[in-house]
Amino acid sequence: MSETVIKIEGLKKQYRLGTIGGGTLTADLQSWWARKRGKEDPNTEIGTDMSKVGETFYALNGINLEVHKGEALGIIGANGAGKSTLLKLLCRVTAPSEGTIKMSGRIASMLEVGTGFHPELTGRENIYMNGAILGMTRAEIDSKIEEIIDFSECRQFIDTPVKRYSSGMYVKLAFAVAAHLDAEIMIMDEVLAVGDVKFQQKCLGKMGNAASNEGKTVLYVSHNMSTIRQLCNRCIVLEHGKIVFDGDVDKAIAVYLGIQKGEFKSHYLFSDTVRPSLEHGGKIFAEELRFLNNSTYFVQNEPVEVEVKWKANEEVRRVGILFMICTLDDKTIGFFQSDKLIDNRAGKEYSVKVQMDISSLMEGDYYTYLDIISLNEFGTHVGLDRPVEKIFFSVRRSKEYDGIIWNNNALGHVEFPRIETVNCREM
Amino acid sequence: MEQDQKFDIVITGDSKWYELKLKEVFRYRDLIWLFVKRSFNAQYKQTVLGPLWYIINPLVTSFISTIIFGNIAGIKSDGVPYFLFYLVGYTLWNYFSTCVSATASTFTTNAGIMGKVYFPRLTMPISSVLYAAVNMIVVFVMSILAMIVYWLSGNPVHTNIYVLIIPVLMLQTAVLGLGVGIIISSLTTKYRDLVILVGFGLSLWMYLTPVVYPISEVPDSLRTIILLNPMSAIVQNYKYALLGVGAFEIGYWGVSIAITVLLFFAGVMLFNKVEKTFMDTV
Repeated sequence: MSETVIKIEGLKKQYRLGTIGGGTLTADLQSWWARKRGKEDPNTEIGTDMSKVGETFYALNGINLEVHKGEALGIIGANGAGKSTLLKLLCRVTAPSEGTIKMSGRIASMLEVGTGFHPELTGRENIYMNGAILGMTRAEIDSKIEEIIDFSECRQFIDTPVKRYSSGMYVKLAFAVAAHLDAEIMIMDEVLAVGDVKFQQKCLGKMGNAASNEGKTVLYVSHNMSTIRQLCNRCIVLEHGKIVFDGDVDKAIAVYLGIQKGEFKSHYLFSDTVRPSLEHGGKIFAEELRFLNNSTYFVQNEPVEVEVKWKANEEVRRVGILFMICTLDDKTIGFFQSDKLIDNRAGKEYSVKVQMDISSLMEGDYYTYLDIISLNEFGTHVGLDRPVEKIFFSVRRSKEYDGIIWNNNALGHVEFPRIETVNCREM
Repeated sequence: MEQDQKFDIVITGDSKWYELKLKEVFRYRDLIWLFVKRSFNAQYKQTVLGPLWYIINPLVTSFISTIIFGNIAGIKSDGVPYFLFYLVGYTLWNYFSTCVSATASTFTTNAGIMGKVYFPRLTMPISSVLYAAVNMIVVFVMSILAMIVYWLSGNPVHTNIYVLIIPVLMLQTAVLGLGVGIIISSLTTKYRDLVILVGFGLSLWMYLTPVVYPISEVPDSLRTIILLNPMSAIVQNYKYALLGVGAFEIGYWGVSIAITVLLFFAGVMLFNKVEKTFMDTV
């Protein structure tokens, strides 16, 4: 095991609910005097639930974490789970209420790029400024300035005040500075959300390289699962200020997307599930879906069997099933459609068993929605029902798989039928 | 074995009062210098007269004071030409008041950047103080030039050996201004209106300091009170060193230095205490 660079023990961060003070000394004294006499605080808003004021809230509630050298750690979680608070504490923007953080090495924080940029100064001056804020000395910046300017793609404008920059250029320049900082630990909070796709890829490449080749440690917070998957080799999931999962990136994403501990459901009931619109579920109402394999882990060469039940409230002709297959980071990669269309009669319930060949789907976790449609003779379809509940499943490589070692990031998720060698002769 | 590993940075919730963290500030001296340069560059960009304002400001202030305090109110100046008297009187006072008002709002004006990235927060007020020194040096040079002009035109100007302590007085003004400023800035994270109070407080303080009047004109009953004000001894000694008027207040200067040191360390400790969590209350 390589060296530990960050060690967090029992970390807690507490915030007080309600307004903190009246903002002025007089108002604070007024409130204090009112409380002393047991009267209502004259500075609270009318209708505030007094029992809630002064209650505390733990943005982080007992975090224990060790990060090793060379790791690229992704941090995911819903809004308010404590991701940004954790990063703020790591960057020493604010102090924890309890617990300790121990770190070795210099920290480059990119909580928001372009902090410390002064609009009146030129790009070059701002590189020095920002570098110094991040802890670089002048000599270090001198030695890297050319590299930074090249990376930022802003050479032409480098001696123009940054107030004339477009927002994209601004971000590029700021990121270029931060990325060239010789820090052992890099902390990033969704900084890549801005900038064009090409630049985003360049940044991710730079970060990934820093982690795997230069032995730097990267901590990255994002809501964009595909960048997490691309950059990180370990991932933690935060929920209500606690770490609920720590480990493999794909599993973490699955946990974050609402599946408890990687256990996928094999039976879904849709009677109470939300529909995307009022029309859905009117003529046809989907009732349940069941994986007949009694598992949601499938091996590539085994067919997946699914039973779908629905009720027809009206007579609908040519009804079929459509499954759109998506990766956990919300990329649609393909679909399955029924081979046979069924004419439904009003008031009848239907149970349909289908079978899907997933041999071209590569190893990984996926989800789909149940989509019941009617398809007319001209090939246009009308959605009849589509319960808004993700149906998760997992595909594993079969033992007989003899192809190349698969990497989803590089090769996608689908393998087309093998190239047929028609003829081969030695010449 | 991992237990024994040394970590460079340890972050905990509780802070120790005696931690001054001045060593860390020294490590970031490049940053301080850049902050100073930034203020300098940014201040007079897109202005007509640019750095000429450094000269115009004190000239106008001294000129107005000559008319109001000298010619209209008729306050004495110990025989020194009015204009020179005010120029010299304002030099260190203005430096002090600029230091206080510039550092007093450190946290509130820089909350944006401080909320995103860590650097020793003390670098900000220190750079404000250094930047204000530029202005003071300009006024100092102007006073010297004015003295030469007056001397050439036959006015008696008695500079003496005490000019050697002028750098000490300047440094003390900087430290005092920094100390007072960071105490106020630590309090303004919660109470914004203290900044408004600083404006009033400073003009009141100026009249308690022998800036526009000589200490010899103060009635004896008030003199002790005025001299206990740490800025009084500084301004008075500066005037004495440069113009040779009044007396050198050695005893009160000692008191003034003691107060300066006390306020500075109290300020740094309070500042370090506040900087840790000010983002949550600002």
